[in-house]
Amino acid sequence: MRRSMLFLPGNNPNMLINGSCLGADAVIFDLEDAVAPDQKDAARLLVRNTMRYMDFGGVERIVRINSADTDYWQADLDEIVPQKPEMILLPKTNAAEDVLAVDAYMTALEEKLGFGQNTVGLMPLIETALGVENAYQIASVSQRVQAIFLGAEDLTADLQCKRTKGGAEIAYARSRMVMAARAAGVQVYDTPFTDVNDDEGIVVDTEYAKGLGFSGKAAISPRHVEVINRIFSPTEKEIDYAYEVLEAIELAKRQGKGAIALHGKMIDAPIVNRAKQTVAMARQLGLGREED
Amino acid sequence: MQKLVKSLEEAIRLAGLTDGMTVSFHHHLRNGDFVLNMVLEQAANMGIRELNVNASSVFDCHTPLIGHIKNRVVTGIQCNYMAAGVGSAISQGILEKPVEFRSHGTRPRDIACGKTPIDVAFIAAPAADPMGNCTGKYGKSACGSLGYAMADAMFAKKVVVITDTLVDYPLQDFSIPENYVDYVVQVDAIGDPKGIVSGTTQITRDPVGLVMASHAAKVIEASGLLKDGFSFQTGAGGASLAAAKFLKDIMLEKNIRGSFGLGGITGYMVDMLQAGCFQSLMDVQCFDLKAVESIRTDPRHREISALHYAAPSARGSVADNLDVVILGATEIDTDFNVNVHTDSNGYIMGGSGGHTDVAAGSKLCMIIAPMFRARLPIVTDRVNAISTPGRDVNVLVTQGGIAVNPRNKELKQRLLDAGLPVTDIQTLKEKTEKITGVPQKLVRGDRPVAHIIGRDGEIQDTIYNVVK
Repeated sequence: MRRSMLFLPGNNPNMLINGSCLGADAVIFDLEDAVAPDQKDAARLLVRNTMRYMDFGGVERIVRINSADTDYWQADLDEIVPQKPEMILLPKTNAAEDVLAVDAYMTALEEKLGFGQNTVGLMPLIETALGVENAYQIASVSQRVQAIFLGAEDLTADLQCKRTKGGAEIAYARSRMVMAARAAGVQVYDTPFTDVNDDEGIVVDTEYAKGLGFSGKAAISPRHVEVINRIFSPTEKEIDYAYEVLEAIELAKRQGKGAIALHGKMIDAPIVNRAKQTVAMARQLGLGREED
Repeated sequence: MQKLVKSLEEAIRLAGLTDGMTVSFHHHLRNGDFVLNMVLEQAANMGIRELNVNASSVFDCHTPLIGHIKNRVVTGIQCNYMAAGVGSAISQGILEKPVEFRSHGTRPRDIACGKTPIDVAFIAAPAADPMGNCTGKYGKSACGSLGYAMADAMFAKKVVVITDTLVDYPLQDFSIPENYVDYVVQVDAIGDPKGIVSGTTQITRDPVGLVMASHAAKVIEASGLLKDGFSFQTGAGGASLAAAKFLKDIMLEKNIRGSFGLGGITGYMVDMLQAGCFQSLMDVQCFDLKAVESIRTDPRHREISALHYAAPSARGSVADNLDVVILGATEIDTDFNVNVHTDSNGYIMGGSGGHTDVAAGSKLCMIIAPMFRARLPIVTDRVNAISTPGRDVNVLVTQGGIAVNPRNKELKQRLLDAGLPVTDIQTLKEKTEKITGVPQKLVRGDRPVAHIIGRDGEIQDTIYNVVK
């Protein structure tokens, strides 16, 4: 379950040590945009040490390294991969080749460290027009890719348009990303909402992303985490319905029926799959039923 | 009868202030107060020595007190709170006789019962008439409630009102009536408005503070106390205010109509009143301009005395009818004893205020504090000073988990049922020490510099001098 992913600046010790307390399902230690060039090595070591010594409990640790067109990404991986983060977030991924280059470097590191292959996952950050057009290839080129992530700020710069709260300018990119990810069988995450003072805007933007099929959403402010978690969690009604579907299917099986209707609507395989996903998530959130 | 005198010197002389007497002050002008310094300077100039100062609080603006102590103009202090300016000097042992700390409830109780009699009370009044009817609601130094001054006015042998806004008789909307007042003095300024009330008190933007506030609101929601008739008090700290905001959202969403908000009142509590979360505010002290405006204009916003607020022996106190209070701590130990008197190095930098009273009176006393501040863990084996005993503290909320006092098994189960991150205080301590390390034990001196008087009137704890 990865409803929310919270960016934490890699050079801010106070944020790093409190990272596991801020409510996000995953934290992204940022070595890229949040860190000035002359602080890259300090942030890299700070993040490494944080991961080495701090217990993040059930909170996933993801690290945004510097992009493959910089001089930093290999040094980033050298320090970070040994700490076994769940994933590496690779910024400015434009094409499948970018993934392969980083994948090869990570494979070599994993071999050297005696880790199994793909111990550390990869999440390409797609934030250019070229990247969006290549989204499916990027998502499907390597087993290491577990998810793709849309970055709208850089994308709109590349599109030469203004980033708006309504997000019409990224509507295509969002849909394309979801389509590509689902086709490739990986998760897909939405860009952060950047106005930390707009309490209504974050709700609208997150509901929109959920409605499109995103798996979750990133946040640059801890203030957004709770809203994102809530919107990406199943509602009580959805959980009840999911259990009803599973009970109906169970009954159909016992009665030897191939198909069954619930509230006058036929229950088919996609509905059952969705019900299973909802129940699984409810269990993770402690909202499952006792008989589980 | 002529009460209006020409000068402070004349008032002091007429009040009969002499060596060894007790003078009293309230702290509604907080860090903008001029009156305590003004009176002590005048008394010093008049050659008066060995005064006992009973001030509801001592702020950093009162550092001239240090000089008066050194010159033996002042030889005793009783207060409910002492900021670091004077506190650090006291901690170094400049005053021979230990300071006596009381709470906002026990101070007026002891004044009323004669245990700590006051010879002359000097009451800073933002507006007064020539006969001494006075209030904090009007004037250029308006501070709102005068709740802490009321016991002084009622029980001191002589009462001097000092004002910078003299109005025509009778001041209709008075807080303290003329029948308690002996003399009135007009001065240029009783305080600096900038230090008296904040323009606005802001909720925190600190992510850790917001996490704690969110936990705090959920604890209240899960406690079973949040229903129609609910009553609530919270401090003016950023995280406490954020908790009030989250609580307001829950109350409005669930259409819960509370009974009253209590305490030092901020604009956030006024917002809750105006939104229908409460039917009244019971106000012993205003913290910001919005609260001052509200107490002046809204009859549901009531001014109360410190006796009515929290006195242990009163025939009734609002604190004893309180459901939930959110309080802070500089340290809390594994027995839930709270220290708000000293910093981690043992220097006096605070005091109970109403902490001890509302902890004792409320049904749910919640401490909200980060796991560590400036590398020092908040949870310790034993606090440097017991301000509020652990028996009155129900739950500690930090960003890293919620610890419930083992005395409150039902509450713990309720929080667990609500899916809140409940942990035990020992685990929280160990978790924090993994990050911060274990701090060196504080070495303190053997000379008592302050006694903390408990609500039962006995010495609850002693603060010793700091050894450098």
